[in-house]
Amino acid sequence: MNKPAIVIEHLTKRYEDVTAVDSLSLMVEKGELFGLLGPNGAGKTTVINILCGLTKPTDGTAKVGDYDVQKEGGKVKDMIGVCPQETAVYPYLTGAENVELFGNLQSMDKETLKKRRDMLLEKMGLTQDSKRKAEKYSGGMKRRLSLILALIHDPQVAFLDEPTVAMDPQSRHAVWDFIRELKKEGKTIVLTTHYMEEAEALCDRVGIIDHGKLIALGSPKDLTSKGRVTNLEEIFIKLTGRRIREEI
Amino acid sequence: MKLQRVIALTKKEMKKTVREPAVLFMIFLFPIVFVFAFGSAFSGGGQPIYNIGVVNMDQGNSVNASQMLLTALSDTKILNLQMYSDNQTAQNDLSQGSIQAVMIVPPDFSQSFASYQTAPNEPGTWTNATVALYLDKGSIVATQAIPPIIQQVLTAIAGQNQQAPAIPFHLEIASLIEVKVPSALDFIAPGMFTFASIFLIMMVAQSFTQDRENGMMKRIRVTPTTPTEFMASQVISYMGIALIQATIVFVMMYAMGFRPQVGIPAYVFAFILVLLFSLSNVGFGLITATIAKSSGAATGLSFLFVLPQLFLGTFVGASLSSGAQVAGRFVPSYYVTDALTSLFLRGAAITSLAILLDATIVTVFCVAILAVGIILYGKYFRI
Repeated sequence: MNKPAIVIEHLTKRYEDVTAVDSLSLMVEKGELFGLLGPNGAGKTTVINILCGLTKPTDGTAKVGDYDVQKEGGKVKDMIGVCPQETAVYPYLTGAENVELFGNLQSMDKETLKKRRDMLLEKMGLTQDSKRKAEKYSGGMKRRLSLILALIHDPQVAFLDEPTVAMDPQSRHAVWDFIRELKKEGKTIVLTTHYMEEAEALCDRVGIIDHGKLIALGSPKDLTSKGRVTNLEEIFIKLTGRRIREEI
Repeated sequence: MKLQRVIALTKKEMKKTVREPAVLFMIFLFPIVFVFAFGSAFSGGGQPIYNIGVVNMDQGNSVNASQMLLTALSDTKILNLQMYSDNQTAQNDLSQGSIQAVMIVPPDFSQSFASYQTAPNEPGTWTNATVALYLDKGSIVATQAIPPIIQQVLTAIAGQNQQAPAIPFHLEIASLIEVKVPSALDFIAPGMFTFASIFLIMMVAQSFTQDRENGMMKRIRVTPTTPTEFMASQVISYMGIALIQATIVFVMMYAMGFRPQVGIPAYVFAFILVLLFSLSNVGFGLITATIAKSSGAATGLSFLFVLPQLFLGTFVGASLSSGAQVAGRFVPSYYVTDALTSLFLRGAAITSLAILLDATIVTVFCVAILAVGIILYGKYFRI
């Protein structure tokens, strides 16, 4: 049996009087496309930040590919790719320069970097604009570029935090196809999204968290059938309620 | 430490510097404009020229002493004499700032001069005359500079016709004015050299806060890039920028007439000092970025460090009060300017005690400030 790619045990993160993640335990298999769902402020991004070493947990442990994220952060960073929620690209660099920079930060050799750069720019439909400064890109183009930056080094585990937010349907489907390809290549992907149809279309399993706690876990099909609803959105609303949440 | 990452981040920082108009202006164009403006104001022949209005009421006949005085004053090349027929018109021009002083030569000036010549050792027989001088009180330079010049010329013309060796010839005073003396540009040049990189404080603070705001710092942190690699790239980038700034300022000043009589080692030493100084500016920038919550706040807060460095430690400091000059000893720019002044103007050797002491203090100061900046930033915003 394959070892799991991600193991989270009793993970807790408290910020003064707020508990963002509350004793969360979870396992993601190698090669699995796992969706982390939840309303605003549920703790999804905090979990991802802990897994990629950006945030220290208050309690509990998290391992990525057998490495403890706190004790062996360097090794974890070698195997992960992170596409953050913010559209984080350097505006004064061209698309290609942004990609090259992050390839170099991942210590890629020149030849491989060039090949991966060209291939990813092509897949994300950015070849034509690769020599333009990123500040000239549309929001959707920046998101696609941000995704390339996360995946340029062909990581084993990818954390994609709302990768398709603010994208038009064409761009979104291009990204979906790309994510499916990654899965076919055996990559482990953790995806957070507010689009339930996206999670339904892509994810092998989803975990719904609210107030930092895991409140549902299973394949989209299992969850909908157990909840006696027709789609993931309905079960999501059923579990998390209709009250509007704001992330502070 | 992987050189590939350091080089990649350094290249990125340099591209930012040349591609962002605001950064480009602040880093490169601002020093050019600044040097040009100050250089133009303080260069040009080494000495300023003062316009003096003269009302000559002298009634000398046999000896025209007033004409000798006016000729001698013109010969100084510092004073541009404008003749007025009456005091009122001259006073009007003085009040409007078109001349810096009005000199009234009294009716008995020649008579007084003649009495002195007849009996130079018998003051009791002299006819006393008073040359009245009205000064532009709005010009500190005029009030300080013009009276001694006229006094020297008066003494000199009295001495010119004097045979007795007991009366000193004050012609050396006049000749002193004619020899090449350091221009105002020469005096401010060391401070301007120091000034060149001070605005790095603002650039570093803005860069770090912007990268934090737009998520780029976070993005870098999830790569295998180590804090040492990241900071090394930043320090190298900004030292490179400081070097370019110092070169631009130097070329500008050279073009405007700054010609220190020193050899190549002195120039190399000067650039090394400026590079060392840039470390403190990176450090202050990091401290600012630690305090500031946004890039906008960083711009304002950076002046907390920019202004003391500018006013207490560069060319501005020399004209400040003694108290301010003592305060200057607590900013690194003071020691850079002092060392460069010793090097370029005082002709001190690189190995002289004064320069080595300044260089040591600059090194200790700058490394300490950079270390504090890195530690503080690392503590509150992990790199």
